Amino acid sequence: MAKILIDEERCKGCELCIPACPKHIMVMAEYFNKKGYHPAKQIKPEECTGCTFCAITCPDVAIEVYK
Amino acid sequence: MKKVFESPKSLTKDPFTYCPGCHHGIAHRLVAEALDEFGVREKTIGVCPVGCSVFAYVFFDCDMICAAHGRAPAVATGIKRAKPDSIVFTYQGDGDLASIGTAEIVHTANRGENITVIFINNAIYGMTGGQMAPTTLVGQVTQTSPYGRDPKTMGYPIKVAEMLSTLKGVAYISRVALSKPAYILKAKKAIRKAFQSQIEGKGFSLVEILSTCPTNWGLSPIEANKWLEENMIPYYPLGEFKTPEEVS
Amino acid sequence: MEEKMLMKGNEAIGEAAIRAGCHFYFGYPITPQSELTAYMAKKLLKMKDAVFVQAESEIAAINMVYGAASTGVRAMTSSSSPGISLKQEGISYIACAELPCVIVNMQRGGPGLGSIQPGQADYFQATKGGGHGDYHLIVLAPSSVQELVDLTMDAFDLADKYTNPAMILGDGLIGQMMEAVEFKERKKINLPDKEGWTLTGCKGREKKYIVPFNLDPYEMEKLNLKIQEKYNKLKEKEVRYETVNLDNADLIIVAYGIVARIAKTVMSNAKKEGINIGLIRPITLFPFPEKIIAETSEKVNKFLVVEMSMGQMVEDVKLAVNGKAEVNFYGRVGGVIPTQSEILTEIKKYLK
Ligand SMILES: Cc1ncc(C[n+]2csc(CCOP(=O)(O)OP(=O)(O)O)c2C)c(N)n1
Ligand code: SF4
Ligand code: SF4
Ligand code: SF4
Ligand SMILES: [Mg+2]
Repeated sequence: MAKILIDEERCKGCELCIPACPKHIMVMAEYFNKKGYHPAKQIKPEECTGCTFCAITCPDVAIEVYK
Repeated sequence: MKKVFESPKSLTKDPFTYCPGCHHGIAHRLVAEALDEFGVREKTIGVCPVGCSVFAYVFFDCDMICAAHGRAPAVATGIKRAKPDSIVFTYQGDGDLASIGTAEIVHTANRGENITVIFINNAIYGMTGGQMAPTTLVGQVTQTSPYGRDPKTMGYPIKVAEMLSTLKGVAYISRVALSKPAYILKAKKAIRKAFQSQIEGKGFSLVEILSTCPTNWGLSPIEANKWLEENMIPYYPLGEFKTPEEVS
Repeated sequence: MEEKMLMKGNEAIGEAAIRAGCHFYFGYPITPQSELTAYMAKKLLKMKDAVFVQAESEIAAINMVYGAASTGVRAMTSSSSPGISLKQEGISYIACAELPCVIVNMQRGGPGLGSIQPGQADYFQATKGGGHGDYHLIVLAPSSVQELVDLTMDAFDLADKYTNPAMILGDGLIGQMMEAVEFKERKKINLPDKEGWTLTGCKGREKKYIVPFNLDPYEMEKLNLKIQEKYNKLKEKEVRYETVNLDNADLIIVAYGIVARIAKTVMSNAKKEGINIGLIRPITLFPFPEKIIAETSEKVNKFLVVEMSMGQMVEDVKLAVNGKAEVNFYGRVGGVIPTQSEILTEIKKYLK
């Protein structure tokens, strides 16, 4: 059991967390945040292993990981 | 559930002002994690450069000073000599360290000043809008090498890690990248080793971090990572060039 | 016990600095001040918790001073004209960051590599800012080895008091001169606490930072105005000068440093010929003693400014006199020292 929390307002929509996830469960949301970026979002949360790869890749420290 | 990853204490809560996908943010975080893990935040003084990371003083939650362009190693020397018990690091771009500040970095390394240098090699002048850096690759197009860097008149890109590792006063030097998780984990280890070497009083340490500047490279962050891996890493090999064991 | 010693000017500065608690020196060799760098090496390298670094350049040296000063210690660098030019960016940063430090310039003839003989042609650079932006140094101009000692010690106090870099503006001759000096017991003075701005690591407090910039122009203007306030205070409180024989003088010489000494010989020789000369010797070049010059210009209508330059301080004298008297100039440059007979001949031209 693992989960991630994305701080959507910190996210700059750079998409770097997408290829970083070995489970391919990171995607970009359709909507915009206040800064005008599409924030990252996780699909299929049940598949998340808490490996932290998305978080360590994020240049804006927008992701927290729980395990 | 336990929190297994969060923003390090040595970073403030201020969101970074860097462009989307810029590696400065990852590098900041790795430095901050090292300060946290060694428990030295409260005795650290950081020196930020002139370059995009001039704003590092906002993001690091420790005492900070901004040096003139290229002079961070001299400022760090003054601080470390006056306060030898403090942990001192500089954070410098490639224009800052490898062009205007070449004399300072070479001599600070040569004196074996017990400081840690975080060197961001993004093959470009980011802040001023994408001019050629001493580290710009042969053929790379920038604002001031609009037809590509021509080594005949512009010289070859400087390999800072290799060059400085020839100096006897240097304790630790390595080159890392941040373009994928495996590299980031290695980069983190290298930064830890650099600070550890300072904490143990071994002398000068430097980590050269190959980084992207998506904005001035004219690439998306993902394309920029790819460009870094395909073009920079072959010319700037990753690895350790000097480790404290070699210091007698 | 107060001791009298025979000392060379450059070494006397070093001794004075150390006695003033400056145990952090960063320098680069250049004639005619290298004895000072060597003196600091000899003393500081043997002292506990003291630092001497022969920097890779004057640029590095001033930036080391910047770093050391940011931690609250008394730090100093020294050089001569070309080297001082190299330090200007760093000095501007230090002034903007409002850090105290002392910079010694034993001027030589310029411009360019110039000569290695004494000069005073760095007056503009020293008093008007020197580097970029609106800032001033506290500029002290000694005219004897004893004064080198006293003013060096004062420079550290003034720098601390105003959190502003201070400069000793000497010249190659005074640095080489041997004279008896006394290191007097100094009155303890109250200096502002450095606690508020020193970088010491953020244990038990919020982090602090020193950044000599602000990208918000209104904030940057505010900082400028704050710094300007200090200069106004300096002008009000710290002006120093020496006057000799101002009453009934036929002509007033204005000269500083070594030239003022020559002027004193001129005065006594002139007296023998029945010419009555007065002298105003600015000791602080910034803040400039404009008031005494203005007052004197109400009484004496002829001034002669003598400098080892093509005419720099004379501009400040003219501003102070403000048209109330005739201001003439005599200068020798490139390392040439004006002789007293030359100056007397010049004086006679104006007293015909
Ligand atoms: C003395 C001086 N010269 C030039 C500049 C202009 N300038 C600011 S940042 C910079 C280059 C920064 O490039 P780099 O060090 O590679 O940092 P980056 O922005 O790429 O992280 C330059 C030339 C300056 N501020 N000061
Ligand atoms: S923690 Fe690992 S598995 Fe979970 S979303 Fe992030 S990268 Fe994917
Ligand atoms: S890496 Fe960070 S900033 Fe970039 S899209 Fe993912 S969460 Fe957002
Ligand atoms: S210009 Fe380049 S180096 Fe600077 S913040 Fe943007 S991406 Fe980063
Ligand atoms: Mg760069």
